[in-house]
Amino acid sequence: MEIYLPIADLPVNVFLLLGMGLAVGFISGMFGIGGGFLMTPLLIFVGIAPAVAVATVSTHIAASSFTGAAAYWRRRAIDVALALMLLAGGIVGTTSGVLLFTALRRLGQLDIVIGLSYLLLLVSVGAMMVAEGLRAMLRARQGKPVELRRPGSHTWIHGLPLKVRFKQSKIYVSAIPVCAIGFIMGFIGAIMGIGGGFLLVPMLIYFLRVPTSVVIGTSMVLTLITMASATILHAATNHLVDAVLALVLMVGGVTGAQFGARAGQKMRSERLRLLLGILVLGVGLRFAFDLIVAPNDLFTIRTIVESP
Amino acid sequence: MKRASRRCISKGAKSSRLDSLPPCGGGPGWGVVPWGTDAPPSPTPTPDPSPQGGGEEFAAPSRPLMRRIPAVCAMAALLLALAALPAGAERLVSSLSSHIVQITSNFTGVELTLFGTVENDPATAPRNGGYDIVATVTGPRESAVARRKERIFGIWINAESRTFVDAPSYLEVLANRPFESIADAGTLHREQIGIANISLPQQIGPDVADVTPNDQFRQAFVRIKHERNLYGEITNGVTFLTPTLYRASIFVPAEALVGNYDVDVKLFADGAVIARTSSAFEIVTVGVERFIANAAVDHGLAYGVATAMMAVMTGWFASIVFRRD
Repeated sequence: MEIYLPIADLPVNVFLLLGMGLAVGFISGMFGIGGGFLMTPLLIFVGIAPAVAVATVSTHIAASSFTGAAAYWRRRAIDVALALMLLAGGIVGTTSGVLLFTALRRLGQLDIVIGLSYLLLLVSVGAMMVAEGLRAMLRARQGKPVELRRPGSHTWIHGLPLKVRFKQSKIYVSAIPVCAIGFIMGFIGAIMGIGGGFLLVPMLIYFLRVPTSVVIGTSMVLTLITMASATILHAATNHLVDAVLALVLMVGGVTGAQFGARAGQKMRSERLRLLLGILVLGVGLRFAFDLIVAPNDLFTIRTIVESP
Repeated sequence: MKRASRRCISKGAKSSRLDSLPPCGGGPGWGVVPWGTDAPPSPTPTPDPSPQGGGEEFAAPSRPLMRRIPAVCAMAALLLALAALPAGAERLVSSLSSHIVQITSNFTGVELTLFGTVENDPATAPRNGGYDIVATVTGPRESAVARRKERIFGIWINAESRTFVDAPSYLEVLANRPFESIADAGTLHREQIGIANISLPQQIGPDVADVTPNDQFRQAFVRIKHERNLYGEITNGVTFLTPTLYRASIFVPAEALVGNYDVDVKLFADGAVIARTSSAFEIVTVGVERFIANAAVDHGLAYGVATAMMAVMTGWFASIVFRRD
């Protein structure tokens, strides 16, 4: 059954979209991530223009992160103060990201920037996750206890001024790195159409020493708000958000996430992290392949949309 | 003119098919549109100025008309309208099976039928070489950038680019036989027959000019458009059912833009254009798709807020449905 997407301006099989939503939702539920870094490339592969894909996926992630955030809210596993401060940086980051997105689109270099940022981010983060996952599995096999949180060891981050106490997370850190992390997440989210959960969670754990119990819920609140604002900004400036596409994706996504979450709970956490690392690395290498191997067609054409 | 219109309406009323009645009063050749639809204006399907230059009145001969078929009725209106025109060698008449194409949620493209006839003056000697028809369908115009990738520092990035100014978003050329056997290269070029002869102006610095057909950007542009089924040449696309009655199928893919599509039909004999006529159809979005597309462009901010709200509602709904405690 074909469905006509009004903004993407092409017909796509509705079951293909639902299936993609289910599959990505399953993975996102399993690993506790938004899944944007998987969904955006899939949509581009189906034939949707990269700009429309990035803008629409932000809507999809907003929906799936709301579902996650609601579950963590009921368990009181969200640090609201930390989320709000991350958000302050996040909104500035999203706004500048959307502005850069618009400028790059005008210059015709948006695709290459999306491709390169995916490549750099996914390959480096994926490689780190795989290495860390392998080390953890090795340690588990040797019978040593799994190290979840390295004790003490204050870094330069803890020497920064403007310190704030976050009660729920039981941390006392400077506002500067918190806002900076928020800014980075908002910025790359707007450019790459990813919620960045797979980046935010390790950053909060390693840089700010936020306890694992509140980290995912807090990250989901941040993802929800940055992605919802990215949706609004993309819709207002570039008119690229396809509501029909977003709706079909999010219906599949929120359903798949429920089954994914149940599957994830049955797996050991270090194995889960290794699998996620392999997934991230694989997607990154796929982007590397596209950029390095000679394209089938050297030419591309793109319609000029007159901005009103 | 007036007689033709009145005749048409009385026939429609008799067979109680008011909804499919062609609005004959709006001008000849509007085919079948829903009752009450505004027919977009179109040029009169007659050569202007007349190739013959005559101006005398011509008594309209009454022709047998098939009843109950609105398309035939529309064609009859055309014939009668043309009959009032100056006498000449040949006249070209054409119409389309539909003038409005509506995009609905399951739109996967549309096939329209172009049909018509070559009106022959009995006083003129018949042509030995027969007739040739070339129909050019041109979609709404839009500007587009063609970019070429180049390898820089080991990765492929967009380097050189060209802007095509107001290029047709859709271009289909249909003929009854290969163009080169219809007329010589000079005539084909002058009459813009075939994609190679249709002007696709590029922005070159401050100027806008067409380039030679073998320009690599132009070739790439035409090739990519062809791969998307938006540009095409079908040199056996026009069929002569009788020596003077012709028909052709126009396929418009789902990717085609909404807007006005012009159908320009040229009649060739002995390697020269002897008559031409034009028609048009419009692709419109209706219902929800139209509403969404308009809202996204006209009220971007409100649309964005509504979409974000939809995401939150879907997420909230899922958290209720799948609640496990």
